[in-house]
Amino acid sequence: MSTTTLHSLESEAISIFREVAAEFERPVLLFSGGKDSVVMLHLAQRAFAPGRIPFPIMHVDTGHNFDELMEFRDRTVDEFGVDLVVASVQESIDAGRVREDTGPQATRNPLQTVTLLDAIAEHGFDAVFGGGRRDEERARAKERIYSHRDEFGQWDPKNQRPELWNLYNARHRKGEHLRVFPLSNWTELDIWRFINERDVPLPPLYFAHSRQVFARDGMLMAVNRHVQMLDGEEAFEATVRFRTIGDATCTAAVESAAFTVDDIVAETAVARITERGATRADDRVSEAGMEDRKRKGYF
Amino acid sequence: MSAPLEPLRFATVGSVDDGKSTLIGRLLHDSKSIFEDQLEHVEAVSKKRGNDYVDLALLTDGLRAEREQGITIDVAYRYFSTPRRNFIIADCPGHIQYTRNMITGASTVDLATLLIDARNGVVEQTRRHSLLVSLLGVPHLVIAVNKMDLVDYSQERFDEIRAQFTEFAQKLELRDVTFIPMSAFEGDNVVDRSPNMGWYEGSTFLNHLESLYVASDDNLIDARFPVQYVIRPHTTAHQDYRGYAGTPAAGAMKPGDEVVVLPSGLETTVAGIDTFDSLADGSSSVAEARPGDAVTVRLADNLDVSRGDMICRPHNRPEVTQDLEAMICWMDSAASLTPRTIYTLKHTTRTVRAMVTDLRYRLDINTMRRDEDATTLEMNEIGRAVLRCTEPIFVDDYRRNRVTGSFILIDESTNQTVAGGMIRRTNT
Repeated sequence: MSTTTLHSLESEAISIFREVAAEFERPVLLFSGGKDSVVMLHLAQRAFAPGRIPFPIMHVDTGHNFDELMEFRDRTVDEFGVDLVVASVQESIDAGRVREDTGPQATRNPLQTVTLLDAIAEHGFDAVFGGGRRDEERARAKERIYSHRDEFGQWDPKNQRPELWNLYNARHRKGEHLRVFPLSNWTELDIWRFINERDVPLPPLYFAHSRQVFARDGMLMAVNRHVQMLDGEEAFEATVRFRTIGDATCTAAVESAAFTVDDIVAETAVARITERGATRADDRVSEAGMEDRKRKGYF
Repeated sequence: MSAPLEPLRFATVGSVDDGKSTLIGRLLHDSKSIFEDQLEHVEAVSKKRGNDYVDLALLTDGLRAEREQGITIDVAYRYFSTPRRNFIIADCPGHIQYTRNMITGASTVDLATLLIDARNGVVEQTRRHSLLVSLLGVPHLVIAVNKMDLVDYSQERFDEIRAQFTEFAQKLELRDVTFIPMSAFEGDNVVDRSPNMGWYEGSTFLNHLESLYVASDDNLIDARFPVQYVIRPHTTAHQDYRGYAGTPAAGAMKPGDEVVVLPSGLETTVAGIDTFDSLADGSSSVAEARPGDAVTVRLADNLDVSRGDMICRPHNRPEVTQDLEAMICWMDSAASLTPRTIYTLKHTTRTVRAMVTDLRYRLDINTMRRDEDATTLEMNEIGRAVLRCTEPIFVDDYRRNRVTGSFILIDESTNQTVAGGMIRRTNT
């Protein structure tokens, strides 16, 4: 069953990549080194083979990364021969574009929006590929494959363009752009099946390993130099893996004995909690946390 | 195990409050496809609102405005799988003002589920959505007669609604219609067979979805390959490579096939069909490309072929024309369809400009009467129009091919997608 589903999802994604490359002046692919963006890069390669991927990739760098992720990013960029644009949150802070919260619970996650929009404007990107999936979160479940952003980078969820058949409306004014989501119809399990079937290399963080963690808000946070522990929080050793990887300050690990991709496919197939529910402190803000962030131009 | 079934895309449509979101919630819940944190969230929100039941509609009504008003504004997509099949659901809004979002959801599905409240029977929105399902050429339709618990699970009432719908649907082009009595709220005949309706001998809703065969809905006869993107690597390894990337809209394409390229009319043969995998393992071609497969076609001769061209068979060609006749769904609230206004028209991978030269009639959704005096179409209205394009496009009747028979119109001043069009060949 998975093969037919995967084949149709893959064809749909490839066709979206080609459509964007044909109709936009300056597309860019958002690349965090996380599994969805890695799958996107592989799909882009499949779309244009034997030619090169005809657009650069962009990493919005919070400066609070897991070290393993940065190594993986640089290695992947070399392997694929793509151009990498780094949009740095630290530079936005230094330039006074954003102000950083302080304190042990502070995260740079919300600051990324400003850095992202500044970079889109600076480079004149008119189409921005994101790895968002509709199964991730209830606001994302509503979003079009071509999602229009006005000159403020805002999404207007109550007034989305109709999107009929596979005829995508690429038109926009200067200064506006479209976010494009080739993985819209993929689920977490589809991603893992693709990774399995295509032997896609991933950062080691996704596989079970032993690590120092501490409990916070019912989640396991990794001990790392970007996170301050609070009074009463105690580090302990556990066998964990990451289901999602974002900023090191707000991504939690899950206890897991899944050491291989096969193990992970099996674990994902029976998972009872969504990946964001299990691992993202940023989604717990409110009933409409993601919608509010997306409206302002977040990924 | 039998051969794997392709994933099924289906939409839920019907009037407000007929229970579309509840049906999906029930389907996900009873097939154990809801994650614990999602259910906890829905339970907590239901409780906070003072509901004495868990509102499963909250699973798909994801926008703030939807939750505040308790309605569905835009399509929500949900995914679930059973051991037999994977499903993609488009939960469509029922309000008339959001019809364009319903069309968005229903334009790509294999099956539509139209809910009817057993107490109310066929209402205006039932007729509107049936007409749209018919116009959009959705191959399969399930009429879910819902809220049977509120009419004492009466077979008589179910038969009455079936007769009422069948009578009305005679004027439509619905190919495969199945009626299922259910209660999404109580769970009757959704996943589990209802103990309350022993008189019903058909499938449960899930069972019907799991066993529906949709592969035969593809048009495998009329080979149509719209060129999407030209791949010319100019690298040392692939100095002379020239491939035409795209996805067959219909028909199968094989190496050695004689083909013609439109609009030039030049004939050649297919030298090979590539995918990333076939290139990687050094094979000269994949065996064939079928509708939906994203591939790259190489031709035997060096012709001038670019995006927007169409590759097909010499003896089976689409109509090459600047003049179209089509059913139009108007979707813009800011401006109405006005003859002589120039719009951008997107059809397959080809973009031209077009104007409506004649509005033949506007269709009255309720009576199906044709108003031939109409001079304009407003938001959510449907009519038949004649269009003239700046350049030829390569079209088939929508009923024969949903890809080469459809187009959208874009307003050139607002960039909004203002209409969807379904081409009628002029002699039909």
